[in-house]
Amino acid sequence: MSARAGILAAIRANRPAGDYPLPTVPDFTPLVGDDLVAEFGERLKRMGGRVAEPGSADVFAGVRERLDAAKVVASAVPELAGNRDLQSVRSPQEVEDVDVAVVRAVFGIAETGSVLFTQDELIVNAVAYLAQHLVVLLDPADILPNVQAAYRRPEFARSAYAVLHTGPSATADIEGVLIHGAQGVRSLTVLLVPR
Amino acid sequence: MSVEDLNPRARDGVIHPEVRAPHDESERAQDGGRLQHAEAASKPIRAPQTREKQPRGAKVRGDRPIDQAEAAERFLAAPLHQAAHDERLWDLRKKRDASAHGIPEWEELREIASAIKAHTLTHLDHYLEQFEAAAKANGVHVHWATDGADHNRIVLEILRSHGARTLVKSKSMLTEECGFRHHMAANGIEIIETDLGERIQQLDDEEPSHIVAPAVHKTRMDVAEVFAKTLGTDPDNDDAHYLAESQRETTRPYILKADAGMTGCNFAIAETGTVVTCTNEGNADLSGNVPPLQIHSIGIEKIIPKVEHLGVFIRLLSRSALGSPITQYTSHFRGPRKGTEMHMVLVDNGRSARLGLEEFWTSLKCIRCGACMNTCPVYRRSGGLSYGATYSGPIGLIIDPTFNKRKYSTLPFSSTMNGSCTNVCPVKINIHEQIFAWRKVLVEEHQIPALKQGMMKAAGAVLSRPAAYRAAIGAADSALKVLPRFAVYNPLNTWGKKREMPDAPRQTFHAWYKQNRMKDTGR
Repeated sequence: MSARAGILAAIRANRPAGDYPLPTVPDFTPLVGDDLVAEFGERLKRMGGRVAEPGSADVFAGVRERLDAAKVVASAVPELAGNRDLQSVRSPQEVEDVDVAVVRAVFGIAETGSVLFTQDELIVNAVAYLAQHLVVLLDPADILPNVQAAYRRPEFARSAYAVLHTGPSATADIEGVLIHGAQGVRSLTVLLVPR
Repeated sequence: MSVEDLNPRARDGVIHPEVRAPHDESERAQDGGRLQHAEAASKPIRAPQTREKQPRGAKVRGDRPIDQAEAAERFLAAPLHQAAHDERLWDLRKKRDASAHGIPEWEELREIASAIKAHTLTHLDHYLEQFEAAAKANGVHVHWATDGADHNRIVLEILRSHGARTLVKSKSMLTEECGFRHHMAANGIEIIETDLGERIQQLDDEEPSHIVAPAVHKTRMDVAEVFAKTLGTDPDNDDAHYLAESQRETTRPYILKADAGMTGCNFAIAETGTVVTCTNEGNADLSGNVPPLQIHSIGIEKIIPKVEHLGVFIRLLSRSALGSPITQYTSHFRGPRKGTEMHMVLVDNGRSARLGLEEFWTSLKCIRCGACMNTCPVYRRSGGLSYGATYSGPIGLIIDPTFNKRKYSTLPFSSTMNGSCTNVCPVKINIHEQIFAWRKVLVEEHQIPALKQGMMKAAGAVLSRPAAYRAAIGAADSALKVLPRFAVYNPLNTWGKKREMPDAPRQTFHAWYKQNRMKDTGR
């Protein structure tokens, strides 16, 4: 008998007695107020992320210093040129020297301060982790109230890769001391820029 | 003057002031406020500079019963480690409470999560087949492994067929169960753990001591010593930032050069064939997105039916584990990147057999949050390695005996039966009741040592008859006086260690109730 057949047979033979119907998940009232932009920003900051207001002349004003200091900027958004073309990257290892990556989020979640990316926004998935810093463009109109609303979105069923980022890479494995940039990006800054 | 003013430590909720840090070294928020997401402590801790040798775990000798009490005693004999450990985990427990209390529907979420798991586990064949079909349709290679050895063999074959010699991986309790790292090392495959805590443990040749925080039993000085020996860092520099950065810098080259990447799985979605991982470091995403070959190891009990159900579990997991609303990264791996291969290995390793254990099958609902460990007084004072098993703490007590009844026969006795584990469990596993049920099973099957069996029989004879119990208690004032002193303080009774039992009240509750309440109602 194959491992597959053996496992399935054992599961059927050992099925616990009783009727266990699949529960309906009710619509929970969002924990956040009506000002989703403010709620999103507040929660993102608590998770170690940053929020920058776009300048009137320069949408990147809030991260201009960081962009100017960077040697390699990989942009996946039309709003910024950058100097590393992600479309021409052949293997993920090529983006290991990226200082700042700029990406647009599909949506944000006010309950947690999270942003979602799929392989389409990232172009090279690894850039969101190998870059030293991540700058995220988010349309304020794309902020959902809670996690439950997020999991009703179609991206999860159709993307080869989908990921929620909530602040930067973090660890506190040594005596509970919080450190950003454990393995992935050292900072994550969200710019509220309409599409 | 209030009590709080007189004792500011009490206000802070600090239980071991000696491990309080003089300065706060944690990262700050944009507005300068203190942050406590990920595994961060809500109050900075720092073990004093006094050098104290790290207590090691239980002595494992083949199938012989683990002597958890012996290892716990050595942990208690290292007061700085014990205090730092206790402080840190109790802090996580408090953060969990604050986070849970912030959600009005918390109890409803636990009920729903528990019911989704019960439904899925009782229809597991159906959902596994659905998962497999969806994954295959996504272009994923799906494998089935009966046990740990089978898992290791399958992965080794995948690696060999690609000529792969190095593999970077994120933390996975399943691969710990399988003895994966040791098996691969013996077969010439280099495995690099990429979670900081797990990497510390790998470099120190120790198992993880906690499901979520693998090196939580170590002080920064222990880490400095391990890194100095293995990574060549400055042995006198025990700054946490320096140590973490050293690990990042030394691990990254491995990530870039690795032939293959591996992750575990927090949730597997049947309808879409998706593997979901929840991490704070982003190391699962590096393992899954950088190497040209990716492998996901999945315990078959991780299946949930639909994407919408994920919303329930994601809201519970990190809040229960760390008190944060979500982990930094919640990653959904569904199909291979262009030009790469993706494999998923569905592993049984005793799970289908556990499904048939009437009293214990609901332990398969566990989502590995570690909340039961953080709240357990025995775990906090004895350290995860004292259990000598892959799973420690309350959840370990009820899972470990399913792997080896003899070896883990004494573990269900390492509990005060206070029920706190059951109260914090996000999927409502009746952990303490299962601990008690295991004691009965192990006694009936003669798996426990003679001394403890004698105690159980004596106690059982009294406890099973209410009238005899009340007579005995009334005569002796307290069960503590009924049970012989050796039954409370003997070396097999882990939780009697270092604790004198409180003085028994002069009057039993039952006698007090009869005297004061029953007469009011005219009885």
